[in-house]
Amino acid sequence: MTDKPKIPAIELKQLLFYYQSGGWQLHLPQLVLARGQHLFVRGASGSGKTTLLNLLCGITRPASGELYVNGKPLHILSSSARDTLRAKYIGVVFQQLNLIPYLSVLDNTLLSSHFAGQSKTEALSRAKTLLQRLGLQQDLWHKAANQLSVGQQQRVAIARALLPKPTLLIADEPTSALDSDNRDAFMRVMLAEADANGCTVIFVSHDQSLTQYFHTQLDMQQLAKGVQPC
Amino acid sequence: MLMKLARLSLWNRRGTVLMTWLSLTISIALLLGIDHLRTEAKNSFTSTVSGTDLIVGARSGQLNLLLYSVFRIGNATANISWPTYQRIIKHPQISWSIPISLGDSHRGYRVMGTNGDYFNHYRYANSQPLVLAQGKAFDGVFDTVLGAEVAVKLGYKLGEQIELSHGVGAVSFSQHKDKPFTVAGILAPTGTPVDQTVHVSLEAIEAIHLDWQQGAPMPGRQLSSDQVLAMDLTPKSITAFMVGLKSRMATFTLQRQINEYKNEPLSAILPGVALAELWQMLSMVENLLLLISLLVLLAALVGMITTLLASMKERQREMAILRATGAHPWYLFVLIQLEVLLVTLLSMLSAAALLLLSLYLLQDTLAADFGLFISLNIVKLTTLYWAAGILLLSALLATLPGILAYRKALADGLTVRL
Repeated sequence: MTDKPKIPAIELKQLLFYYQSGGWQLHLPQLVLARGQHLFVRGASGSGKTTLLNLLCGITRPASGELYVNGKPLHILSSSARDTLRAKYIGVVFQQLNLIPYLSVLDNTLLSSHFAGQSKTEALSRAKTLLQRLGLQQDLWHKAANQLSVGQQQRVAIARALLPKPTLLIADEPTSALDSDNRDAFMRVMLAEADANGCTVIFVSHDQSLTQYFHTQLDMQQLAKGVQPC
Repeated sequence: MLMKLARLSLWNRRGTVLMTWLSLTISIALLLGIDHLRTEAKNSFTSTVSGTDLIVGARSGQLNLLLYSVFRIGNATANISWPTYQRIIKHPQISWSIPISLGDSHRGYRVMGTNGDYFNHYRYANSQPLVLAQGKAFDGVFDTVLGAEVAVKLGYKLGEQIELSHGVGAVSFSQHKDKPFTVAGILAPTGTPVDQTVHVSLEAIEAIHLDWQQGAPMPGRQLSSDQVLAMDLTPKSITAFMVGLKSRMATFTLQRQINEYKNEPLSAILPGVALAELWQMLSMVENLLLLISLLVLLAALVGMITTLLASMKERQREMAILRATGAHPWYLFVLIQLEVLLVTLLSMLSAAALLLLSLYLLQDTLAADFGLFISLNIVKLTTLYWAAGILLLSALLATLPGILAYRKALADGLTVRL
């Protein structure tokens, strides 16, 4: 990593987002996360979690305000520059069905480094180490992704998200499809790997019991204003 | 990675992809097949007669003259008298001539009276001479040389006796029963109307009609073959004749001279020009066929795009994952394009294989039943044009689901609304 440690992983000021149709808006006055600092975002469905994630990933652009990921101004950059930025600095893990079913575990993992434009040989050896550390043994690597259990699939998703050494790992309820034993194991291994890579985790969930794993938390209910759709 | 994604994604949807591939294969094979057949048919058609500079007959349109003299279709309006024929071929520019006398038939095949010059000078395709597969050219008056198809279809062998019928219908009521002919030779296949012709000498034509008048046997006057042979068998008239010139430069001069011949109304035509004119009339049908096969191809391509569009819904998750992992929207566009091009390319290869196989299997039947000699070499410049056109068209049509993927990727963001 060539980034100076002073640059926060994420910084946002007076971020405002609303749909053209109106009626609902999202307002974030200020948020700064240093590298390696984890954030727990709590909110029920319809509270704007998805919108926030789309903003942080650079899929959608805020109406006003400033948003920096790794010091890069996402609110100014073009859509394709934001795509490149996402490939390099942001890893994403969804609730479930994170993997492309017809690709092998290894290919699924390598996908992120492919889009980040990283060297294949380097990525390959790193992917193997990551998979192993996440408890996915060699015999699983060449299996099609849909042959794995949900817990295993979520761990492959973590490996893929962390492979390009991102600054930011965004997880959207990745434990909701797991039972409690699997969930705790998943949380531990995810945060351990994130820490080992110096990566900031933004974790979205409605599950209060998970707050214990995080430094800071954010309640969506306080941010969204106006009428609640859904 | 892009290639791997496209390949494995197609494999993942192999059920629908297989059907798409099948319909594309069939329609591309149809298109290429029709294109190939029409080129070959045109070649085969325009090579019916070659090396002949002029065809001369009684005054008529050039198509009529060409049709009856070369294709044995239709009838002459009038004949050319023997003295006129003799006088014209004395022209210093004429190197050879082939007299043709038509009007009789044998079980639906036209009978053509001619002389030995026919076997020496007649050329077809790329100046190929007629070759006798068996036997020899006619010697005696009642000898006949059969075209390849006549011999095969009717099962005639050398030495067999056949009877001719008066008139050109398949079923004729007036037969030249009293004067049978002996099969002296059988020609090798040419792929031209020669294969469907029964050749006899001019003298034979004269001989079988000596005791006829106005298209019917003269009552009370019957001559046997032997009696006839003792008589003067110099023809009184012929139907038409082909001319080869010493120098092609003289073609137009001679054509004008013949057309302006005072003693008898004659027409001289250039076979190449007449063939081209005839082919232009036939090309209507050929173009229609081509149009139909183009529409079939279009339908198959639209079918492919339809299945692709339908699959876009179930692939939303896949697209969202790619987007979240950092794919630009245009990456998804290119992925879809690549999938379409892969399927099209694969279909083109299998279509070529299918076409080759069917041509290989049908080649003999086409040659035997239709006189069409189709080569197996389907690769030519137009095939390459077609291939490029098909690829371009499929890429063009693929922009539709491609743009859909692109726009959906932008609008949906990372989450999929299922």
